[in-house]
Amino acid sequence: MTDTATRSRPLSPHLQVYRWPITMVMSIAHRITGAALYFGTLLLVFLLLSAAAGEGSYYKASVLFGSVPGQIVLFGYTFALLHHMLGGIRHFIWDTDRGMEPGTREALAWANLAGSVVLTIIIWAVALAFR
Amino acid sequence: MTNTTSMRTPFARVRGLGSAKSGTSHFWHQRLTGLANIGLAIGLIVIVLTLIGKPYAEAITFISRPLVSLILLAGVISATIHMRIGMQVIIEDYVHGEFLKVLAILANTFFAFAVAISAVYAILTFGIARLLT
Repeated sequence: MTDTATRSRPLSPHLQVYRWPITMVMSIAHRITGAALYFGTLLLVFLLLSAAAGEGSYYKASVLFGSVPGQIVLFGYTFALLHHMLGGIRHFIWDTDRGMEPGTREALAWANLAGSVVLTIIIWAVALAFR
Repeated sequence: MTNTTSMRTPFARVRGLGSAKSGTSHFWHQRLTGLANIGLAIGLIVIVLTLIGKPYAEAITFISRPLVSLILLAGVISATIHMRIGMQVIIEDYVHGEFLKVLAILANTFFAFAVAISAVYAILTFGIARLLT
């Protein structure tokens, strides 16, 4: 017999075929935002260590964070943080054995998405007003 | 007559752990740090917004205030514990092959610790600088 255990077999297409439920999208988004936040902590560490290293380093870090690509990264990081946080609150709701019925679960998922967009915009509006 | 078909040893029954080897500690610790992170992340956002546009001396003075430092310290510790557990779940899901998986989990723990220790060091230096001036 040929060794089929180590030879990979073709999968029938599924992701490209079936409709993506919003709850499924939000589940993987929760994981992706979590991973993005994980690596993004390097940004925070970079800022803190730059500040601890003295005024010159802090100034250089500020210039980097103030640049257009820097601001885009920070904007994305804010969105990931809020999206993941609201997703975590959804998890807490499920922990109390609520919110899993059809209809409710989709509403929670959409509220998560909408809430993170709205909160990100509000926070950045405040941030840009301070500059 | 024996009353059980369980094949667990008495020691295993006392420890109460199954093949996952560690019980529900990850579940609980994620909830614990997740809950703390809600408030601490809001605090972090407020702190960052307050720091925008401040010159260096003012920024350091602000961060070295006890309440601000404590929020940052607690936030860093809670967040790094949370992210370590979360990334471990991702690694366990996608990395197969025992050696690579163990290596990845080790790297994950070291990364989380490095982030935590660097941030704590920086935050404490601000506080000490405040005491010395």
